[in-house]
Amino acid sequence: MNVNDTRITRRFDALKAEGRSGLVVFVTSGDPDYDTSVEILNGLADAGADLIELGMPFSDPMADGPAIQVSSQRALKNGQTLTKTIQSVRDYRTRDNDTPIILMGYYNPIYAYGVDAFLGDATEAGIDGLIIVDLPPEEERELCLPAIEAGVNFIYLTAPTTNEERLPRVLAHASGFIYYVSITGITGAGSATSADIAAQLDRIRAQSDLPIAVGFGITTPEKAADIASVADAAVVGSAVVKIIADNLDDDGKAKPGLADKVLGFVGELAAGVRGAAK
Amino acid sequence: MSNLNTYRAGADEDGHFGIFGGRYVAETLMPLILDLEKAYAKYKDDPEFTDELSYYLKHYVGRPSPLYFAQRLTEHLGGAKVYFKRDELNHTGAHKINSTMGQILLANRMGKKRIIAETGAGQHGVATATVCALFGLECVVYMGATDIERQAPNVFRMKLLGAKVVPVTSGTGTLKDAMNEALRDWVTNVENTYYLIGTVAGPHPYPTMVRDFQCVIGDEAKEQMDEAESRLPDTLVAAIGGGSNAMGLFHPFLDDPTVDIIGVEAAGHGLDTDMHCASLTGGRPGVLHGNRTFLLQDDDGQIYDGHSISAGLDYPGIGPEHSWLHESGRVNYVSVTDKEALDAFQLCSRLEGIIPALEPAHALAHVAKIAPDLPKDHLIIMNLCGRGDKDVFAVAEHLGVTL
Repeated sequence: MNVNDTRITRRFDALKAEGRSGLVVFVTSGDPDYDTSVEILNGLADAGADLIELGMPFSDPMADGPAIQVSSQRALKNGQTLTKTIQSVRDYRTRDNDTPIILMGYYNPIYAYGVDAFLGDATEAGIDGLIIVDLPPEEERELCLPAIEAGVNFIYLTAPTTNEERLPRVLAHASGFIYYVSITGITGAGSATSADIAAQLDRIRAQSDLPIAVGFGITTPEKAADIASVADAAVVGSAVVKIIADNLDDDGKAKPGLADKVLGFVGELAAGVRGAAK
Repeated sequence: MSNLNTYRAGADEDGHFGIFGGRYVAETLMPLILDLEKAYAKYKDDPEFTDELSYYLKHYVGRPSPLYFAQRLTEHLGGAKVYFKRDELNHTGAHKINSTMGQILLANRMGKKRIIAETGAGQHGVATATVCALFGLECVVYMGATDIERQAPNVFRMKLLGAKVVPVTSGTGTLKDAMNEALRDWVTNVENTYYLIGTVAGPHPYPTMVRDFQCVIGDEAKEQMDEAESRLPDTLVAAIGGGSNAMGLFHPFLDDPTVDIIGVEAAGHGLDTDMHCASLTGGRPGVLHGNRTFLLQDDDGQIYDGHSISAGLDYPGIGPEHSWLHESGRVNYVSVTDKEALDAFQLCSRLEGIIPALEPAHALAHVAKIAPDLPKDHLIIMNLCGRGDKDVFAVAEHLGVTL
């Protein structure tokens, strides 16, 4: 398996040919319940998501802000497991074999599942990439490198604190794209300006030809467009799952039309990103 | 038991104790952890640093703490000679300050002006607020909303000491969530903030560094036992939540093969229920809060909360070095229920005039189980790592007494 020819690399090549940036949409698998989350997942590509980040809910999401924390809790409360998350991708692939899906989350559920079993099931189900927040390069031996062997793009995160000295280590095994965390902080917190981000991206581009997606704190179509003007893709997560939170009844159940509301917002984000000058 | 030359060499350069430990943190934090590792390596043997730490431990904390022969308790149990290592006599009433003092001196040298900490029972929060007051540093303590309710006196103490106590409602509102929230703060305030972790857990170098600062307990005990009995003790017993007091007592004795070492976890309502927090006896290895260690978790790898009558033991994990010592067989880990700890709490109060914290009451409960069957020349050291003032309200409630 070759990590340089995957749904992810093909999608970024296509975006480049189109001359525009991409939209990466994050949703938590199983939020607010399995069926509704599948309905959302199935509609994301048509709504304009170029890549999908599917959150694997975890009880202790240390790098996430309140929106994604409660999103994980809703999913877990309704019985979401890693097995179900993988199954939802397996089902998805019967209808769309092109849109890249990247699982995002924390290491422990995968460790509990077993790394070999996980990589086997994930590749068979059609999962293209992994973003594991608590596996920095220092801990890349047990999952990241085997994932690359299995043909899965392990997406490395870089942050404002990743200095010049450290950057080569972070980029050493990067493939697919690089995820630039635009702020020091948690998901959903305030964002950096596109000028600041552009300077940081130049720093990374000096050392890598991979596309760069920028995430953390992108909450509106305008902001997404702003980021898309300097990055190869903009990632939106907290603002999307907030729409889910806003469309629950008093018992925490999905109100009718929840998925359409989420997908409507994704459409606005996509319009913003597609209209961005690049 | 494996045949190692030493049990005292860990962690390795990547922060691992066997498969345990490590640095499972977000990239944003990684450079900070590497900085901390460098700073600790630079100062830990620097005479100016160690002299300053010794000065404050002696004149401010009140070290050395006595090694006290518990004569009445020994007579009552009718077997082994029981000694208490009296870290409950430290300023702030527990062993926690051994490490907060060391870490605050390090934070000073690193130029950090803002200190954050997590706390469960509030002892580590109080010890952190204390050293921050001493050195005039801003202090923010994250504490689960549930714990704030059950530990009101310690919350007030922290506030008196000038700390800001932030209630954590995310997750289940207990110690593990407080630690998550402290990590979220740290990842946001990377420039000026030092995260002062309270136990031998978290990403490398914390487990090693906190252990080193707590080793003053075992180093003193070894010397004091030699003075009292002209030999090594036969058995060490200490309670374990995250495991810092136990590691502090145990570590200096790990390479003395005649010394039997026992860690006591909290069995809560019993290991056959889901109301306990015995990570080693009731959990399995996983990754949380920056390290791999034994954790209470379900089949899907979701962490669940422990339960113990002692808020200080109420953590779903344990320091990674304990996990390694457990797997290697060097330390024997057992557990004690709420009920047994409550009995020991009362026994110690009546026989020795010492009201212990509920944490060491767990250790004492195990001592009470084994001492009667041991010979009279068998020497036990139990780490009396905290005083019980903070627990009197909770104990009264459990005993059905209205104050």
